[in-house]
Amino acid sequence: MSFLHNDVPLAWYLVLSAVLFSLGVVGFLIKRNIITMFMSIELMLNAVNLSFVAFAYQWHEVKGQIVVFFVMMVAAAEAAVGLAIIIAVFRVRATLAVDRINLMKL
Amino acid sequence: MRSIRHSPVRQATMHLILFFLFAGFCLAGAINLLLQTHPINSALSLIVVMTSLAVLYLLLGAEFLAIAQIIVYAGAVMVLFTFVVMLLNAGREERTLGSRAAIPIGFPAVVALLAILATIILRAQGLASAHLGAGLSNDPNGSNLVVLSQVLFHGLLLPFELTSVLVLVAILGAVAIARADAAKVDGAERTAEK
Amino acid sequence: MNQSLHIWLIPLLPFAGFLLNGILGSRMPRRFVSIIGLLAPFLSFVLVLNAYVLTSISAVSCPGCGAATAAALPYVETFPYPWIAIGGLRADFSFFLDPLSLVMLLVVTGVGFLIHIYSVGYMAHEEGYARYFSFLNLFLFFMTVLVLAGNVLLMFVGWEGVGLASYLLIGFYFQRNSAAAAGKKAFIVNRIGDFGFLIGIFLILVNFGTLNFNQIAVGLALRAGWHGGVLTAICLCLLLGAAGKSAQLPLYVWLPDAMEGPTPVSALIHAATMVTAGVYMIARTHFLFDRAPVALATVAIVGAATALFAATIGLAQNDIKRVLAYSTISQLGYMFLACGVAAYSAAIFHLVTHAFFKALLFLAAGSVIHAMGGEQDMRKMGGLRMKLPVTFWTMTIAVFTIAGFFPLAAFFSKDAILYAAFVSGTGGKVLWFVGLLTAMLTALYMFRLWYMTFFGETRTADAHPHESPWSMRAPLIILALLSICGGWIGIENFSAYLAPSVGLHPAVSSPHLELILTIVAVLVALEGWLIADKYYRRKPERPAQLAAAMPAGYKLLVNKYYVDEIYDAVLVRPLFAVSRYVLGWIVDTAILGGIAWLLAGVANFTGMILQRWQSGNLRSYAAWLTAAAAAVLLFILIAQGAIPMAEPLTHIMGMGH
Repeated sequence: MSFLHNDVPLAWYLVLSAVLFSLGVVGFLIKRNIITMFMSIELMLNAVNLSFVAFAYQWHEVKGQIVVFFVMMVAAAEAAVGLAIIIAVFRVRATLAVDRINLMKL
Repeated sequence: MRSIRHSPVRQATMHLILFFLFAGFCLAGAINLLLQTHPINSALSLIVVMTSLAVLYLLLGAEFLAIAQIIVYAGAVMVLFTFVVMLLNAGREERTLGSRAAIPIGFPAVVALLAILATIILRAQGLASAHLGAGLSNDPNGSNLVVLSQVLFHGLLLPFELTSVLVLVAILGAVAIARADAAKVDGAERTAEK
Repeated sequence: MNQSLHIWLIPLLPFAGFLLNGILGSRMPRRFVSIIGLLAPFLSFVLVLNAYVLTSISAVSCPGCGAATAAALPYVETFPYPWIAIGGLRADFSFFLDPLSLVMLLVVTGVGFLIHIYSVGYMAHEEGYARYFSFLNLFLFFMTVLVLAGNVLLMFVGWEGVGLASYLLIGFYFQRNSAAAAGKKAFIVNRIGDFGFLIGIFLILVNFGTLNFNQIAVGLALRAGWHGGVLTAICLCLLLGAAGKSAQLPLYVWLPDAMEGPTPVSALIHAATMVTAGVYMIARTHFLFDRAPVALATVAIVGAATALFAATIGLAQNDIKRVLAYSTISQLGYMFLACGVAAYSAAIFHLVTHAFFKALLFLAAGSVIHAMGGEQDMRKMGGLRMKLPVTFWTMTIAVFTIAGFFPLAAFFSKDAILYAAFVSGTGGKVLWFVGLLTAMLTALYMFRLWYMTFFGETRTADAHPHESPWSMRAPLIILALLSICGGWIGIENFSAYLAPSVGLHPAVSSPHLELILTIVAVLVALEGWLIADKYYRRKPERPAQLAAAMPAGYKLLVNKYYVDEIYDAVLVRPLFAVSRYVLGWIVDTAILGGIAWLLAGVANFTGMILQRWQSGNLRSYAAWLTAAAAAVLLFILIAQGAIPMAEPLTHIMGMGH
């Protein structure tokens, strides 16, 4: 199937991407649970991916999709390592509330 | 390969309908992620978001990426999240004064912010009325997958290999960090139970 | 004309002696220190003699020697690289040898060498032996630089340097509070004079564009009609400097206190050489003074007034060195008087003879003090004439010399001065009279000193006076011989020799007048002797009765007219108050301390505020991160003109379409 002449304007995809990104930022700032904070980060990454794909489609350029590919890989690796760190911190602090994990205080 | 062509009007309408539907799912999932208190609910909402995004990628002619999104993100990363949530037995978040205040204060602020952003984007040159050009699927060189792989394995082979090394390192790192001696695990579990 | 006299070695040798004794002296045995300390002045003296001989034989035709082998005055040695060469200002390290500086050098190095020898004996049992000789050599270095300087700036270097050496040597016994205070006083009072000297140098530079003596003289000669005005200002400033260094009114107060130093130091610095630097400087710049009659008159008045003033104080002092100090001030007044009547050769002549007899007086006094085990009060001396024969006879010669008896040295020089004063302008007679009065007082107090020290019954209780060692006696004898025959060269020959430097001495117009004045002077001196004889030898109880009869007058003299107290109240205390309260409290503590406190406070405060940022709270960090990212994004958007409402900002940022 070919998807010629997609009549959805590019701007709408971008707006959607912006909205998702902002929601991700808000979640990052608001949430107390560190896993939920991390999930907000993933949301942000996804939003950016959408934006890249939209532009790749707009300009007939496959490099945009390559970028998304790499972002996905790196995000996956990052998620793995990040969650491992969360597990390690949990072992020490026995809590997932980000306000109690203040070992970096001066 | 000859493709079945629908009439342009129905195609356009279908695109719009699909877009609105799955964009709505995205937004709903994202908002739900914020609203839920238990992290497992947030994780499940995020899965919804990712799947909807996969459909949107399909709409944008990135078939490979759509499938990769579902397999990697929704299928692996989110499962990992879910496992960790269950492993750590994270409970509900307490509702503090701050979080209660966030709703009447935060949501209107966010809406305002988004309104501004949307205005900017929609007013930007040529974006609002731009009709997306010919999709990549129409590339005479082949399908989307073929084009993608050609670029990836010819020009960007080194970054590709490095990325796989990166993933390998991440796996090793995750295993090394998350691994524990038996004594510590018991101790953590006992304190968690208290 | 092409033989090098190596006069640059004359200052450099004492400087080397200073360095050696100063750095290594404390680790060397005394004998080495003495040898090094004596070697430098000796070699300098030899070089000076060499220069004198070589330049004298060129004047006289010598059959055996060719004219090319000898040197001629004036003789200049300049260091190849300039010292200061900025714009219009140029100063070199140039040494200038002419009759004036040669005569001065002979005195400085010759008498200096004798005093160095004397010091070996005098300081034999003192602490800080090496330090003493290194400072003495340092003094000699600076004095020779002063004398040999070819430009005003280099002379000023020597000027300041001798002030420094004087401070170091006056405060030699620094553990004594009085000595340390005296050193400070000398330096500070000198500084006031130096301020005048500096202003004079600046004025010279502005008006002549050069600091070299010869060039100034040339520049002055080119403008024949230039009199007074700026020249008077320059000369008065120079006079202030000279008055400070040569202890004239009103800057003489440091010299009596300077007697705290060891006696050879008093002899060398405060009698023979340093204090004469002011006279030398006026003689050097005589061409300026000749064109400023007002300044010249001021010089004469200052000199005469100081001479009389100091002589009156000297009458009532009981410390032997104080009497000699006031005597020095008085005799320097004579030299200033001579300069003031444009008889520069007479002034220098008196400078030379004064060096001989004053050094002799001080060294003999030192011998007496050494014999008395450190006692300086004349009331505790007496009858020493039998016990210290060499000292007695040499001091006698010195006392007769200073009184001005024929045919001893000062007779010739003093008479030249008095005659020149008498025949000069309208005020000359007054000056002459003051000089005459001073001569009588001089004879009076010197003979008083003589009688109190050497005659009468022994008032010493338990001291065992013994004669000094040969190292101290030999210079006394040599100086006594010089005092006897030092004046025989005569003022005419002396002034003829000095003529290329200071102009001719005014010729004696009427020899009869001169003879009359001479006889009057001698009679006056005799009168002084007779009075002293009456009151201090035949009727020693009379002075006390006189003092009781005129208590106010006596008190005034003994307390030196309360000048020190007046200076203290009028100048010193207000300055202390200003520096303690205004500068100390207000400027230093309040303003500067306040600024420092403020700066530290600001830094501290900022630190405390910024410290809150590092809370360790993850969410706060996240919030700041987001805010910063949003700001950067906003900045980029505005710069690229993506936000239509922010057009003015785009223009301000200088970017955008």
